[in-house]
This record gives sequence, structure tokens and C-alpha cells, in this order.
Amino acid sequence: MRTKLTLGGLALSLAVLSACRQDMHDQPKYVPLRPSDFFADGRSARPIAEGTVARGHLNDDKLFYTGKGADGRPSQEFPMPVTKALLLRGEQRYNIYCTPCHDRTGNGNGMIVRRGYRRPPTYHSDRLRQQPNGYLYDVITNGFGAMPDYAAQVQPADRWAIVAYIRALQLSQQASINDVPPEARNQLGGAK
Amino acid sequence: MSQIFRRSTNTFTRATIFGAVFMLGLTVWAIDRLSRSDYVTRATQAREQPVPFSHAHHVGGLGVDCQYCHTSVEISSYANIPPTKTCMNCHSQIWSTSPTLEPVRASYRTNQSIRWTKVNDLPDFVYFNHSIHVNKGVGCESCHGRVDRMPLTYQVNSLQMEWCLNCHRNPEKYVRPREFITTMGYQPAGDQEEIGRKLVAEYKIQNARTLTSCSTCHR
Repeated sequence: MRTKLTLGGLALSLAVLSACRQDMHDQPKYVPLRPSDFFADGRSARPIAEGTVARGHLNDDKLFYTGKGADGRPSQEFPMPVTKALLLRGEQRYNIYCTPCHDRTGNGNGMIVRRGYRRPPTYHSDRLRQQPNGYLYDVITNGFGAMPDYAAQVQPADRWAIVAYIRALQLSQQASINDVPPEARNQLGGAK
Repeated sequence: MSQIFRRSTNTFTRATIFGAVFMLGLTVWAIDRLSRSDYVTRATQAREQPVPFSHAHHVGGLGVDCQYCHTSVEISSYANIPPTKTCMNCHSQIWSTSPTLEPVRASYRTNQSIRWTKVNDLPDFVYFNHSIHVNKGVGCESCHGRVDRMPLTYQVNSLQMEWCLNCHRNPEKYVRPREFITTMGYQPAGDQEEIGRKLVAEYKIQNARTLTSCSTCHR
């Protein structure tokens, strides 16, 4: 009797387990990044057909998308107002995407550089202080020298936010105590 | 006519009837434990990958932010597995002759995707969206655990529905300020429930009734 029950119990658990089909878990549909056996390149994400413009993606704002002015040269202008919110967003994005090489101060001694990547120039040289904003935007978008492009990782609005933050970093290394509003000076811990 | 059964059979029968109940209970218990076990949910089991990518090294050691690679986590349903180009941002110059990284270089040369093994795989009938969680203050760590301590990536939680509901019923126990989303080893500055309740109000997180409605996750 007991043996029968044990066997029955085992059979029941086997039946319960073997009834677990995964059809609903693994549906024959594509979700982002799922591979495909159908397309030759093995990807379910398809390239956009040439000449296609998705709604709202005409990208005809030349300054915003290329950093270049009407004359085709890097523009000094920002395509949006530079606000505190933009700077804070820029700080956050800068710390994610730029600090591995440029480090948090912009001196170019980030962790990846310390591991052997070619050292980028410091932001605090006269040459880079005098480059227009559009130049920095262009470098983020297309890369420069050893620096790869960040077009895929950082969206245009965030690139501008990073440019604004780099400007703030540059100012921070050239600032005197007179640039700090009197009411904020006690936050500096006695620095002059 | 003699008795077919001996007197002791009474005791034996009683014991077996009791035993049957016990065995049935044991079976139900065993199935329950098994279905929640790491063996079935595959939690804590490191998956084999085409390249033995170490989050411990990249996140814990080098301090690379989650979003450097998982770029779409704030704006999209999926966090994104980085394309090979992102690996090559650094590995064009660092470890550029390492045999371990040959599949990465081969992928970059041939434009063939690396087929990474998905670690945290939800069933297809769950419409999980990363962006809503991240923007409402659920940290990476809350679901994925201490990724910065994983030499090979593994799933930490069961990903079963009861686990999702823990938080959907009591979000205040888990949410954190947005600026600490990608922080590993986050410690709340004070009482979690108190901070959590404030954040739930501030981020306009919906009530448990809405969060536990079927169609919130299943459509």
C-alpha cells in the first residue's frame, strides 16, 4: 500500500512536471535583440530601408544634429537654452560616458587611460577652451583621433548637455573666489 | 471460520491511512519547494557565454556605469545588450591581442553579432519595461543584485510572479532616489520605508491595486 502510494506520488509529480510545456513562455515572436533563423545576418532587428524617414526624425535642424552653423563651421551657439537642468543632465551623462577616459575633472587621466588607452588631451588647455561648442559636439558625434564616436550611445540632446557641462568643468579650473557668489563661499571649505 | 485478517491489521490500516495523508502532503510540499528552487528558476547559476565577460571587472573594478553599455534602459522597454562597437571602444587598444577576446574582434571584423546567452529571461507573456522601473526609482541592483561582484553573470532572484508582486504590493520597501539607480551597494540615508513612502508620492507610483492588476504586466 505504502509503496503504491509512493509510486503514485512519484508518478503524479512526474506527470505534473512533464506537463510543463514552455509554449507560452517562448512564443514564436521577435522581441528586441532576439536572434532570427530567417534573416541571413541572424538578427531580428532589420536595417531601415534606404531613404526612409521615421515620423519626427527628419533631423533637419542642422545646428542641433551636427553642431555646425549656417556657414558649415562649428557653431558657438547652443541650440537650446543652457539651464541648470541641462548642466545637471550633462554632469550625469558626462560621468557615465566620458569619465572612463577623461576622468571627472577633464584632465584625461581616467581609469581606462590608466589601464593603457591612449591619453586624451586635457580640457583645460587654451586650444580646447577656445574651440566653439559645436566642435565639442562634433567630436562626441564623430570621434576624434583615438576617441571613438559616441553617436550610438549618447543621443543629440544629451551630447549638448555634455558640451555644456564640459564648459562648466573648464570654467571650474580657471575660476577665482570672486566667481563664487558670496552666499555659496562657505561651501568651499575655506578654499581661496 | 477463521479470521482473514489478524487483529494487528487494524493498527496497520490506521497507520497507512494516516501515512497516505502524510505522503500526499509530502508530495505537494516537494513539488512546491522544487518549483521555487534555484534548480527550476535557474537563479544563482552562472550561464556560459561566448566570451567570459566579467561585470565584476568592468563595474566593480573599473567603475564603468551600467548605462555606458546598457544605453536604452531609461527610455525603452529593454536595457540593451551593447553592440560589439561598444566593446571595441576600449578593446581596440586594451587587451587587443588577447585570445579570450578573439570572438569580439571577429564579430567586429565580420559584422556578425555575438550570440550572448540571455541570463534574466522573463516569459514572453510578461510585458516588462525597464524604463518605467528605472524612472520610478527601482535600482538595477534591486532586481539584478550585486552585478559588480559577478565574475560571470547570473540571475539573483527567482523572477517568478510572487517575487514581482513583493514590490508591486509594497514599492516603498524597495524604491530609491533616481540619482542612485545604478549605484551598487546602495544604503538608504535613513529609514527605507519612510524615504520610500516619500518617493512613492514624489514619483507618483500607482497604488498597489493598479500595480497588481493583471493587465499591468500581462496584456
